[in-house]
Amino acid sequence: MSTTWDAIIIGGGHNGLVTAAYLARAGKKVLVLERRHLVGGAAVTEEIFPGFKYSVFSYVVSLLRPEIIRDLDLPRHGLEILPLESTVTPLDNGDYLAAWGDPDKTRREIARHSLRDAEAMTEFGRLMHHMAQAVKPILAMMPPDPTSLSPRDLAGLLRFGRHFRDLGQERFHALYKLMTMSSADYLDEWFETDALKATKSASGIIGTFLGPRSPGTAYVLLHHYMGEIDGSFRAWGFAKGGTGAISESIAGAARRFGAEIRTEAGVSKILVRRGGTSGVVLENGEEVRARVVVSSLDPHRTFLQLVGDEHLPDEFVSDIRRYKFRGSSGKVNLALGELPNFTCLPGMGPHLRGAMSISPSIDYLERAYDDAKYGEFSRAPYMDIIIPSMIDPGMAPPGKHVMSIFVQYAPYNVTGGWTDAKRDAFGDAVVETLSHYAPNIKQAILHRQVVTPADIERTTGLTEGNIFQGELSLHQLFFLRPAPSWAQYRSPIRRLYQCGAGTHPGGGIMGASGRLAALRILSDGR
Amino acid sequence: MLKESPFHPRTSALMEGFAWRRWAGYTMASVYELTHEREYHAVRSSAALFDVTPLYKYLIRGRDAARLLDRIVTRDVAKSKVGQVLYTTWCDARGKVIDDGTVSRLDETTFRMTSADPSIRWLHLNASGLDCTIEDVSERIAALSLQGPLSRVILEQASEQDLSGLKYFRLTPAKISGVPVTISRTGYTGDLGYEIWVEAPRALPVWDALIDSGRGYGITPAGLLALDLVRNEAGLLLIDVDYISAHHALIESQMSTPYELSLGWTVALDKDRFNGRDALIAEKERGPAWRFMGVEVDWNALERLFADVGLPPKLPTTAWRASVPLYMGGVQVGYATSGCWSPLLKRYIALAHLEGPYGEPDTVVEMEVTVEHRRKRAGATVRALPFFNPPRKRA
Repeated sequence: MSTTWDAIIIGGGHNGLVTAAYLARAGKKVLVLERRHLVGGAAVTEEIFPGFKYSVFSYVVSLLRPEIIRDLDLPRHGLEILPLESTVTPLDNGDYLAAWGDPDKTRREIARHSLRDAEAMTEFGRLMHHMAQAVKPILAMMPPDPTSLSPRDLAGLLRFGRHFRDLGQERFHALYKLMTMSSADYLDEWFETDALKATKSASGIIGTFLGPRSPGTAYVLLHHYMGEIDGSFRAWGFAKGGTGAISESIAGAARRFGAEIRTEAGVSKILVRRGGTSGVVLENGEEVRARVVVSSLDPHRTFLQLVGDEHLPDEFVSDIRRYKFRGSSGKVNLALGELPNFTCLPGMGPHLRGAMSISPSIDYLERAYDDAKYGEFSRAPYMDIIIPSMIDPGMAPPGKHVMSIFVQYAPYNVTGGWTDAKRDAFGDAVVETLSHYAPNIKQAILHRQVVTPADIERTTGLTEGNIFQGELSLHQLFFLRPAPSWAQYRSPIRRLYQCGAGTHPGGGIMGASGRLAALRILSDGR
Repeated sequence: MLKESPFHPRTSALMEGFAWRRWAGYTMASVYELTHEREYHAVRSSAALFDVTPLYKYLIRGRDAARLLDRIVTRDVAKSKVGQVLYTTWCDARGKVIDDGTVSRLDETTFRMTSADPSIRWLHLNASGLDCTIEDVSERIAALSLQGPLSRVILEQASEQDLSGLKYFRLTPAKISGVPVTISRTGYTGDLGYEIWVEAPRALPVWDALIDSGRGYGITPAGLLALDLVRNEAGLLLIDVDYISAHHALIESQMSTPYELSLGWTVALDKDRFNGRDALIAEKERGPAWRFMGVEVDWNALERLFADVGLPPKLPTTAWRASVPLYMGGVQVGYATSGCWSPLLKRYIALAHLEGPYGEPDTVVEMEVTVEHRRKRAGATVRALPFFNPPRKRA
């Protein structure tokens, strides 16, 4: 009990681990405290059903910052990202719409639906590439406080302003539209094929309690375009071994730099004395001292539960209380005895190695949102489906498969609450919807895990089960994430920092929050 | 017409984009699918199946078979055990490398040699007075290479044989679908992997059995684009790309000794007589003028060069084969001969010749890169080879 750590990281999710690795790399004595028996937070792989590995929550990777992969040498610690090349959207008339790994093949496919759209795709891709490039430096930027006169903030604002000036008029306007429009309206400017717009707009609603026609969703669309793999934007991949392998690789790097990671060590309280923190108290009552405490938990959990509002300024407390979570998504993981046979593309084709998107039309998605608006899960939900065992055979026994189904909408505040019966009904709705497109799915299921927002909250601690640690809406981004004046990873408590996705630039397996927090701590001379 | 491998009926059915290329007079697949990503990743994450039939193969038999090979190659063949495979170079009288390949001891007096170039003349030239037969079995023997972490489990099922006892660079006779084959634990990928040698007329059922057994393990037929990427990661050199055969070189400076290729470990100077021995003894004493090393291009340097023209770094999607100058302080100190972006390691890597003193690992050099038609230099670091060396390779 005599050790005093340089830094304690609360929470062994990917951001917490990234912060730990960077601090340890700088020679700090670092301890990570994780409540569960395994690290990863929402990026975990678990063998819930013997022989079958589920990426229980988060399931694909794209946003993980390349500089983190390089700085921490994650491939050396087992990170291996496999390509996820195609997206197929089954249509209600028995046809389908596909985007393949090869551009010519994709153009020909889209031309089946609209010649105009096939050509627009190339131009749209180019614009989104520019947009992603425009936003990319911001991902690696400490958000400047526009109301502060400190030289650092002024310099940051200047850089920010210059960056936008340099975009040029056309791209600035495009970016402004992306920041303000709905994804449906934005895509209407480009495409006419309903299923194409629906499938693209789906990226704009993921993790958000908004429909494709709600303003602000175009930004979430862009957020999902910023991912890059080997220099190409909008590339999504699957981590060999599931998303837990990503967390394991970061943990491996942190350990190699000398960080200690303790699991089954939940934190019940952040110690605050005279406006500063001196450590934490574990759930078992043990006190652990540290010069710096970094919380990777979301702002609610960090400030309202672990710190307590008595230690915080009133204004800050009400900002944090107003910070919106509104979990809107669930997950269904299936162990399958045989592959799904899609009516639109029968047999074992290459489409089963990519994503299957249940998003036949904008109306379909908007209707799914309508259910959620009034407190119900979507009877016919949007689903993003992958079959991880088709990409990494190690995820299931030979010849058997696992299926990962991301489902929206499943509102946290469902009418009557998330009871066991409600969870089952939700799972049934998902399987029922899927069986409409792949009729053999019901008989193929060996095991089913249904994850509701309440389950996400209970298991990972993410408030209201929001996968981004708070919605990615404009009023909660950049210098407002999570609260005005506290967007730079610091907090009103001295030596207490934040490093979770509740800070800029937000969610997804990106690690940017964790890295920027570590850089802030180091530049503060802690 | 180019020759077709015995596996052509299967490989041609997989071909999506007519991406064939020549290899030793054969038509071989560059890539089966429209892009090579999946074929590449299969080598590192599940198992890839390559057709390597075009390798030249020779059967050397008789009382003096080992003596013949010991006259030619740099490794000590007499000391090899039955069932052992040697990777080796062979040189001319000046100690300059002619070719590199393998020598497998099938029994006490029978060896199979593989080479990248035709070698029958060289074998005969060295055989005078020896009691052995030399047979070119290049077309009689077909070969497959099954490479990747799941290659063992697939091959065990296909051959109904436990392969856990088969060590790195050892071989064993086996049967696949009733067809007699030789399985060697060898390959050109730097990963866990095996090569399967089979009489050409009975080769097809072996392909089919491997595909059948591999279905649940993600077996993926793969072409030469994928192979070229993984051999860069494994630091394995390629004749007439990374070095020029002494039989092809037009001028002295195009030739290399094994020491200059960092293959000194294959030279058994204690053997009493072999081609190039005297020259190699002298060179070892003198120290080689060149070293063959890895080079890693610094990402930030590359990113800066591209940012200067408003572009994100442009990475090669396939391996390149070209001579690219390396500098230090404005003076050329070497040249890279192969390179690629490694999607696995997330590094821009190259194989390079460096003048002796600059070949130490961690030496900081610069590599020429072309950014928007202009030649620039990006910072790079000399690395030991291989770049990728997983424990499973030998485990």
